[in-house]
Amino acid sequence: MADVRAEPILLFACLRNEKVRLPYFLQYYRDLGVDHFLIVDNDSDDGSRDYLARQPDVSLWTTKGSYKRARFGMDWLTHLQRRYGHGNWCVTVDVDEFLIYPFCETRPLRALTDWLDASQIRTFSSMLLDMYPKGPMQDQPYREGQNPFEIAQWFDSGNYTLARNWALGNLWIQGGPRTRSFFAEDPKRAPALNKIPLVKWHRSYAYVSSTHMLLPRGLNLVFDEWGGEKASGCLLHAKFLDTFAVKAEEEMARGQHYAESREYRAYQQALQDQPDLWCKWSEKYINWRQLEILGLMSKGNWA
Amino acid sequence: MSLGFVMLCHTALDRAAQVARYWATRDCPVVIHVDKRTPGPKAEKLRGDLADLTNIRFSPRHACEWGTWGIVAATQAASMMMLQDFPQVRHVCLASGSCLPLRPVEELRAYLDERPRTDFIESVTTADVGWTIGGLNYERFTLRFPFSWRKHRWLFDTYVDLQRRFRVRRSMPSGIVPHLGSQWWCLTRQTLSAILEGPEREDYDRYFRKVWIPDESYFQTLVRQVSTNVESRSLTLSKFDFQGKPHIFYDDHLQLLKRSDCFIARKIWPEANKLYDTFLSPNAGDEPRAEPNPGKIDRLFAKAVERRTTGRAGLYMQSRFPNREWEQGRTAAPYSIFEGFAEVFENFDTWLSKVSGTRVHGHLFAPGGVEFAGGATVYNGALSDSAILRDYNPRSFLTNLIWNTRGERQCFQFGPSDNQQIAEFTAADPNAQISVITGAFSIPLFQSNRNFSDIRAEAAKLQKVESDLLTILRAPNVKARVRIWSLAEFIESPMEPLQTLVDEISPRSMRRLTEVPRMVDLTGFGQFLQNLRNQGMQPVLMGDFPTGADVTTASSRRARPYLVK
Repeated sequence: MADVRAEPILLFACLRNEKVRLPYFLQYYRDLGVDHFLIVDNDSDDGSRDYLARQPDVSLWTTKGSYKRARFGMDWLTHLQRRYGHGNWCVTVDVDEFLIYPFCETRPLRALTDWLDASQIRTFSSMLLDMYPKGPMQDQPYREGQNPFEIAQWFDSGNYTLARNWALGNLWIQGGPRTRSFFAEDPKRAPALNKIPLVKWHRSYAYVSSTHMLLPRGLNLVFDEWGGEKASGCLLHAKFLDTFAVKAEEEMARGQHYAESREYRAYQQALQDQPDLWCKWSEKYINWRQLEILGLMSKGNWA
Repeated sequence: MSLGFVMLCHTALDRAAQVARYWATRDCPVVIHVDKRTPGPKAEKLRGDLADLTNIRFSPRHACEWGTWGIVAATQAASMMMLQDFPQVRHVCLASGSCLPLRPVEELRAYLDERPRTDFIESVTTADVGWTIGGLNYERFTLRFPFSWRKHRWLFDTYVDLQRRFRVRRSMPSGIVPHLGSQWWCLTRQTLSAILEGPEREDYDRYFRKVWIPDESYFQTLVRQVSTNVESRSLTLSKFDFQGKPHIFYDDHLQLLKRSDCFIARKIWPEANKLYDTFLSPNAGDEPRAEPNPGKIDRLFAKAVERRTTGRAGLYMQSRFPNREWEQGRTAAPYSIFEGFAEVFENFDTWLSKVSGTRVHGHLFAPGGVEFAGGATVYNGALSDSAILRDYNPRSFLTNLIWNTRGERQCFQFGPSDNQQIAEFTAADPNAQISVITGAFSIPLFQSNRNFSDIRAEAAKLQKVESDLLTILRAPNVKARVRIWSLAEFIESPMEPLQTLVDEISPRSMRRLTEVPRMVDLTGFGQFLQNLRNQGMQPVLMGDFPTGADVTTASSRRARPYLVK
């Protein structure tokens, strides 16, 4: 990391066997203006490690440790963030999460972080937006290097539930196609979609659960309480591709995920009948302005 | 006669150098002040970069913390240098390192040549200023501010409070009337030198040293002492957001900036390559000028501030989650709730959607599942018809539905069998139009073929639920448009209320109702109520139905309804 520019924008990720996703992922964030990637490889055996090691802007750590015992990878990342993130803007995402923010087509990520700095804002909220294809996931195989949203073009625009988590001061957002299709009988257990992936890091910070919320609590106040809107973005989630079934199988077998991998069990059961997440009211993704108009994200007072 | 620029710089010095070079090579002398807090090597590099230009000077460096005297001191020193070193300069323009000329400097010079005695400086009396942040207007001049607002906010605020409480006032130098305005001005040599060389300058400086944000008041106030021709506006386009922080211009503002008629804009994002390339290019003046439309920029930034402070009514999302009573609109649009109408009329929903041109749902909060219009299983925004998902968060369900269908009014049925959790939320929502025919829940029971003991139990239960609902609807804090009729009252003359409701829902149609919904047959209903009484229940919500004498329902009169015009 010696040759990285002053005040770099850093990206932290933890992954296992994601070779097929890596080329597009790295390119996407390079284009946004990420200066350096800090990646923890959890014992991949599909060539991910070699691929990453060849990239000039990737610093790679490898571990054979238990993902679950490392708080689903967060302990590894927290350690790196303390060491390298302090004082810098840090993006923390999974390799299937793609950050969209207001004006992202015309303004690089640094324009956003400069503006956040000037506004004395430390954290930037980006809700996870599950994207899915039309038809069964197996029907449109994903090729390495391809933009996953050529396949997973669709999303749910208006079925999200919000509640306040008073313990940590964050919003708890659920809903979308996963709640609709996999958790309709037990919505309480549906996965959380609130995420805060962009943070001006300080060594005293830590993510609590995935990137859903942080400590200290004040960092979770990414929403306005008096009727106004703060600026926010979306994380387009490219989970529902043909790779998903294989992944669900593998993760079930490893049993290394949250709450006894309950989420993956629900998927595995539902996946047996080749579900189609698409419905008549699914929205086709166009750009960030569309998400803004639909009220999924906001420009706030950034103009 | 020429024009000179004083530039205050602290970061992005390469951009400052670019702009300084642009002006200097066009025969405008430039005096640059670099913030003392900027690292020495960077400042040296800037000096080196501009060493080839003879009409650029560097003034003594002061630390320019926001809101403090340093900025004024820096401006004074740099202006003095400008006046002394460049005697041919007539107008001095104060700019920052993040300013960018929007129009060729020749145009600015020509403009000023036509107005050789005019001072362009925004200068407004404190009483007329609406834009200061923190509530400090006049008090900027009467209190003392020894603590940094940025670094020691608590001390700053406490000290202000203390001075207010003990009514401590500073006395102002005689003859001064406090004025405020944008920091960026363009003054004539006469005016500027009169301020800087005036006999009372020391007194003024001593006083303004402790004024809060003196860079917005020092020149703005003193110019009134010496100038005969103040044009109270800035030639620099500078927009501020709701926290008093300047809006920043990016590449995608290019077209907007081209249509501004201002000479200089601030502040520009240092990496906005396209803006710098376009406006500093040697042939920037040759392009055909677009029709100036500065209002567009004003609107853009006014809208941004509005979005941040007021937001979109009825939207609940990751970065807008208002506290109760602070929603500024609980829901996105008006909607109607009908209770009892679907029981009194046959096919009420079909009729209503036809006459009012709106979307009419069944019981959205029915226990078995959401009854979307047309029996849809999924609706706008991919809302599911699952009762479990709806009941997991009924408020989100309703606000989502209203948000998703903006532009099309939603109507739905409601009743005592439905999930009642939403009732309080809708009752306090000014967008809700709630119309209730009390006791109508008994009609399906009356028509049913169930054992009378079941009917009696059910009727008692529903009546209890409806009474609770009526308590909510009659509470003093209700903001919805609530109308309540008893069943007896309503069937006595149903057309008048129906007409009122339809007019309210679709005011543009203003048609008389020609087609009447068909009322259910209530023959024997009076006796039915009497039977309930005989079984020990007290049916109170239906109103007065005489036993024996059967009610004449509107459905038997097929003629046109009578209406009050």
